[in-house]
Amino acid sequence: MSTPATTPLTAGTRRLIPLNHALPWIIAAVCLFILPYVFDSRSALTIMNQMAITIVFALSYNMLLGQGGMLSFGHAVYMGLGGFFCMHLLNWVEAGLWLPLPLLPVFGGLFGLFFAFLIGSFSTRRAGTVFAMISLGVGELVAACSVIIVIFFGGEEGISGDRTMGPEVLGWDFGPQEQVYYLTALWLLIAALGMFLYSRTPIGRVANAVRDNEERAEFLGYSQRHVRWMSFMASGFFAGIAGALFAINFEILTEENLNLTTSGSILLVTFLGGVGFFVGPIIGAIVFTLLQTVLSLYTEIWALYLGILFVATVMFFPGGLAGLLAMHVLPWKLGKIGHLVVPYAKMLIPALAFVLSAAAVLEILFHKRHAGLGDHEMNLYGITFDSHGAMPLITVLAIAAVSLFAIVKLAPGLKAAWDDATHMGGHHG
Amino acid sequence: MSLFIVNILDGLVTGLLLFMLCSGLTLIFSMMGVLNFAHASFYMLGAYFAYQISLFSGFWLGLIVAPIAVGVIGALIERYGLRRVHKYGHVPELIFTFGLALLIEEAVQFFWGKSQQAYEAPEALDFAAFQIAGNTFPAYKLFMIFVAMGLFLVLLYILTKTRVGMTIQAALSYPETVQNLGHNVPMVFMGVFGVGTAMAGLAGVIAGPVLGTFPGMAFLLGSIVFVTIVIGGLGSLWGALIASLLIGWIQTFAATYNVRMEDILTSLGFTKPEPIWDSAWQDLWTLTLPQIGPILPYLLMVIVLVVRPQGLFGKRET
Amino acid sequence: MSVPAIELRGLEKSFGLAKIIQGVDLKIDKGERHAIIGPNGAGKSTLFNLITGKYAPTAGSVHLHGQDVSGKKPFEINRMGLSRSFQITNIFHNMTVFENVRCGLLWSMGYKYSFWHMVNGQRHLTEKADEILEQINLTSRRNVVAGALAYAEQRALEIGITIAGGADIIMLDEPCAGMSHSETDLIVDLIRKVTEGKTLVVVEHDMGVIFDLADRISVLVYGEIIESDTPENVRASKAVQEAYLGTTLEDAG
Repeated sequence: MSTPATTPLTAGTRRLIPLNHALPWIIAAVCLFILPYVFDSRSALTIMNQMAITIVFALSYNMLLGQGGMLSFGHAVYMGLGGFFCMHLLNWVEAGLWLPLPLLPVFGGLFGLFFAFLIGSFSTRRAGTVFAMISLGVGELVAACSVIIVIFFGGEEGISGDRTMGPEVLGWDFGPQEQVYYLTALWLLIAALGMFLYSRTPIGRVANAVRDNEERAEFLGYSQRHVRWMSFMASGFFAGIAGALFAINFEILTEENLNLTTSGSILLVTFLGGVGFFVGPIIGAIVFTLLQTVLSLYTEIWALYLGILFVATVMFFPGGLAGLLAMHVLPWKLGKIGHLVVPYAKMLIPALAFVLSAAAVLEILFHKRHAGLGDHEMNLYGITFDSHGAMPLITVLAIAAVSLFAIVKLAPGLKAAWDDATHMGGHHG
Repeated sequence: MSLFIVNILDGLVTGLLLFMLCSGLTLIFSMMGVLNFAHASFYMLGAYFAYQISLFSGFWLGLIVAPIAVGVIGALIERYGLRRVHKYGHVPELIFTFGLALLIEEAVQFFWGKSQQAYEAPEALDFAAFQIAGNTFPAYKLFMIFVAMGLFLVLLYILTKTRVGMTIQAALSYPETVQNLGHNVPMVFMGVFGVGTAMAGLAGVIAGPVLGTFPGMAFLLGSIVFVTIVIGGLGSLWGALIASLLIGWIQTFAATYNVRMEDILTSLGFTKPEPIWDSAWQDLWTLTLPQIGPILPYLLMVIVLVVRPQGLFGKRET
Repeated sequence: MSVPAIELRGLEKSFGLAKIIQGVDLKIDKGERHAIIGPNGAGKSTLFNLITGKYAPTAGSVHLHGQDVSGKKPFEINRMGLSRSFQITNIFHNMTVFENVRCGLLWSMGYKYSFWHMVNGQRHLTEKADEILEQINLTSRRNVVAGALAYAEQRALEIGITIAGGADIIMLDEPCAGMSHSETDLIVDLIRKVTEGKTLVVVEHDMGVIFDLADRISVLVYGEIIESDTPENVRASKAVQEAYLGTTLEDAG
């Protein structure tokens, strides 16, 4: 048998950052602490909270996809159910139940775990395609139930509550956004550390083994089904924590928190960041949240760009962003990372020109088709022009063609520089 | 009784439509091991292409051209996209087709916008085919049944009477023999993917006027399609057929017969709590069959999986 | 003798209409080194997969230490003290050599599904894994990704993973397949060393290896055992020579 081609799904064996030392974690904690002083606007806090929640969710998702080789199209279920349960808890707190807010995520996690236990009992029998399809079906089932079981899901308007009704902790009532940020950041650290440590336990390692070779693992005494089921429950637990953090931040949960769109976008986030690395989903969540926020400010067709980016990632960089970074570890170790600076800089100009002009083509076409009747005036990159005229379209098409030509011309040089930088010794022959 | 017959026919239309997608999906899955998540997106493309064509030349040209166009696009995507990802394994392939589904939905919105398009059945078929005790059955639905049936006869013929078909059949029963298809496996893959997506496209062309032509149509039907083939057993054509019809009828009947939980519970001797909106059991008491109709396929899937993990007709342990 | 380590009673296996194993009875004693040989397509691998739980028998039964294990899952059989290797190298390609061996140890050292131990912090585990690496001569390759090993090294690792759990019945499926003469000698020495005092069942094509290693040999032809005896007697057996169609056993490999 030939060695199977390296798949992007090989987390746990490669690393980008030595997370088994305390230092990266301390740096992360310090960064989380000072971030609100750097970005102190209300919207920045909201975005950072959003990011933190997405990171926890994406990390929990990667426990399945990256660590366990299980592709889920219904992971939002566990985050959503955890969140809904926490929303009810908050309402009970309002009615007199004693529960400090910082402990809420524990219960969200346990609720997620409970449902992962139930659903995992039949969904983890197989990996691969069957698991993926079952996760999709269960996801749709739960999402559809949200309009039927109104008492728990609140129907179409969802369930809302008030996070400030619990006992104060250290003088905080968690009304201000900033206090919520620190609570979220604390739980982000706890959850990330928990998931990292989990990957270093016997069950975490065996999850990798089952992912890579389930038959072999069975002949070493491990039931592949039980191993997957345990990974699934652990993942459900941390997804539930993410759900609780969502409940605390937004104080409302709706059907949207359960549906396929949410499940799909976490797959997008995780894959974009890189499933092969523990830090991949973290990078993915940060980049995705930023991209989404920025792009949606400037263009209506941001989702199209994200779709293109995702498909391109799957096709050309299946290791994701973390994989791209990891490719540069070798040149770095060889002390040749400097050799890449000039070729990269050369490539950057036509690449940027190509991306911007291609986007311009799409924008102009979109404007032509969908702008109001008689609205021909369009503003792009600070230039105002008539979107229905031929000139602008021809211009951007020409720029795109020229920059593409330049990219093709420069590619061999870049390839040579890369080969040189990844090999020991002198210049590549 | 007459309502029953109308429902049987309506369910048949839905079931056959489902099977037009499921059969292509099953063929592709059995041959290539890839579950094409974007399969329903090709169905959507079929509807939109036919709509675009119908603006210029009416319905009938679209019926021929749109599926072919969809099939060509499918084949190209297999050749230049899927084949690239193939070396990474089946899970990345599935992720790729998922990305494709997102992309196609966005592309459709890019060209046609978010709202429903006025894609309509041809006037030539805009009459009642027959009446059953006051319930009319539209000719267009009869036409849908004929198209679906015709497609299966063609498919059946190809699978049982031609050389390519026999190899495909062999590959269906014994997946490992796919490697022995002859010198041109990639070509066969591309062909199967193209034909499978074209069938989905045809389903879109004929379903668009009835179920609506809008950007959400792919995901709406897609989930049901995947549930159907899981129920039938992944890789089994017969399973896909039975499950498609089953789900077609379940959905149709559930939507028509207003069985109310309240009546069931009362007849069992329970008393309805008043006022109902204060009761913890309010959701149970107000439940009706049409309300839970949409989730019945998913419930059926869960039950089938618990009782028979490989699906109704599944043999292969994938 | 006490209860045999492995006992097969009227074992049968059919795939569809094809009856691959047709009524095999066999007893393998504790501590015995038993070889199964036979022409291609005789059903050796199927027999192997029946004993190790990959397939469930169509009829008959498999007993380990007197206990009926027919139809049990591979992991259950493994937990009863039987471990196997594979004809086609079946290691964890993405893990390092050390991690491969450690995976073979986890269950038997009682870690099971633990999520409260840190694997790197377990001194015993690390020491034991390093000990096995030493035994299979892969200490110098400890931190190499297994997929990057040379073929012979992968075969050695395969055996290392198999014996790591300390099972008292070791089953090796063609451990020398595809190896050169010198590599074969090394691996035979290794097998002898690591299976000291254990029950060994080995399927092998290389007759030199078989006669060198085995206490007893069973000859499987068309799903039936036609002879089960000491190497000398098997060599002399008329029936066996006929089964190999006139060729001598030395050529048959």
